Amino acid sequence: MESLVTNLLNGLSWGMLLFLISVGLTTVFGVLGVLNFAHGSFFMLGAYLCMQVMHVVPSFWLGILIGPLAVALLGVIIEKLLLRRVYDRDVSFQLLLTFAILLVLDDAVRIIWGAGYHVVDAPKILAGTIPLFTHSYPVYRIFLVVIGPLIGISLWSFFHFTRWGKIIRAAAVNREMAEGVGIRVPLLFTAVFAFGSWLAALGGALATPHQSLAPSMGESIIIESFIVVVIGGMGSFPGAFAGALLLGLLESFGTVFAGRAQMALPYILLALVLLIRPRGFFGRET
Amino acid sequence: MKKQPNYPKTGIFLIFLIGFLIGCPFFLPTYWTFILGEILIMALFSMSFNLLLGYSGLLSFGQAGFFGVGAYAAALLILKGWQSLSLILLVGVFSAALAAVVIGFLCVRRDEIYFAMITLGFGMMLFTIAHNWIELTGGSDGLPLAALPTLRLPGLELSLFDPRNMYLFILAVFLAGIFLLWRLVRSPFGLILTAVRENKERLAFVGADVRMVRLTAFTIAGGLAGLSGALFCLFNSMATPDFMHWSYSARPILMTILGGSGVFLGPAFGAAVFFLLEQVITHITDNWMIFLGAILIPVVIFFPQGILGTIVKYFDREQETDRQ
Repeated sequence: MESLVTNLLNGLSWGMLLFLISVGLTTVFGVLGVLNFAHGSFFMLGAYLCMQVMHVVPSFWLGILIGPLAVALLGVIIEKLLLRRVYDRDVSFQLLLTFAILLVLDDAVRIIWGAGYHVVDAPKILAGTIPLFTHSYPVYRIFLVVIGPLIGISLWSFFHFTRWGKIIRAAAVNREMAEGVGIRVPLLFTAVFAFGSWLAALGGALATPHQSLAPSMGESIIIESFIVVVIGGMGSFPGAFAGALLLGLLESFGTVFAGRAQMALPYILLALVLLIRPRGFFGRET
Repeated sequence: MKKQPNYPKTGIFLIFLIGFLIGCPFFLPTYWTFILGEILIMALFSMSFNLLLGYSGLLSFGQAGFFGVGAYAAALLILKGWQSLSLILLVGVFSAALAAVVIGFLCVRRDEIYFAMITLGFGMMLFTIAHNWIELTGGSDGLPLAALPTLRLPGLELSLFDPRNMYLFILAVFLAGIFLLWRLVRSPFGLILTAVRENKERLAFVGADVRMVRLTAFTIAGGLAGLSGALFCLFNSMATPDFMHWSYSARPILMTILGGSGVFLGPAFGAAVFFLLEQVITHITDNWMIFLGAILIPVVIFFPQGILGTIVKYFDREQETDRQ
């Protein structure tokens, strides 16, 4: 029973972080049609910038506020300067361009903050542990489990009830039509890309007390969020939520029943979904 | 189809190039012979990858998986005491092709971005197997080889630990590999492949089995990736899980885009540029990736045909205007 609850909480908290980064990835793909390889680097930058802010002002909340905003600004620059030029190109060139951006960002992080690990403490109110059965459990992970659905619900409300949210969904369904009814698509693309970058960076900033910071953290999470997005259905918001939870839980419970093979589980899940339902859980027919 | 006007010139140039490559180890320092050997292996790897990207329009992000299968097959056979290099390479090719058939069967159902993601996933699955199946693969340490089989030619036994022999052995396999690829892309099958890239719906209408064509190309590309992997295993005297990581899958992609995916020798040219740049830049700084990214961004945006592709196009245009 105890290990069940612990694994459940571990899986949920990790799933929530995966959800935050996947939802940005899937929204950018849905609207811009670009699968952003550098999305994991935005996640990492969010974490490092949050840490940097905390070096200046020792407030975790300020770090979470400022770090992701700075990354969103970087997203604006990247979209306007680089991505904009390849929208009409082949998919492989878009993928490669974002891959080149990943190389630059990852190495830049290594140059600025070094290749070693960094640790960020959780804010006082969320630090420490609470008793859970006979053991104790970190408060911060419980915070993640709570905050994840909150962010999910606010994003969902944003997409469904606000004007901007509706515009984004409209553009994702049909770009030409959206342009036809007077939506300024270039501006929308910049905004959506910045929004996606902000979400990834927010995930990164929230991850700082949960995992140690290293220049490889972007690379490892991008593969998992690709899997989330593919199994959930590319461009689908509920798909990102379901996929992230499923992957998070699979990875934490995998240690119990699969032992060493646990690392291969995400890929096996990917293969199974593609065999049975190639467009993903919530994907539209292509 | 456009006729190739400079055919005899190209032939003479190729003979000179091959002659130059054979002569290299006799006047280059040992260090550069090593680099050149690595370039040739990666060039073969990239050209096999370009059978998918350039000729079939499929971006695979998991080719390192097959590269690694070839490498591990070779390492395991050598550890078992196999002595025949040609058999070792052959088993490397076939085990990688076998993995490619199985994985390809699942992957070729989708294309474009989905294909890239799925191949990435399966490549990483092979990586985790190599990383975690410690009894077979030695885990993250890999399989180091203390001894290599000797190269047996009629009346001659050569040690592969001599860099010059190793280089010439690689060159021979490389030339055989690209000759095979050349015949393939010039064959009716090569034309069908190009047709799949250009318009798969129309090809399906005239009765071709698009999935089968793609699966065949995927299997051949996987087999040749396995060949380069087996060579790489001999070259490094080891096989490690790193060979299968997705960052290794990215290498042939980068080299192909650098050189140009629309030209037959483009990926090989890209491999040469990649390693020469790496040599120059790592001489100055440790941060080679940031430079690679900074070079790649303008290439992708302004020269989508790659360096060799742009050069070839320029000369073609010159000749067009000459004739007018």
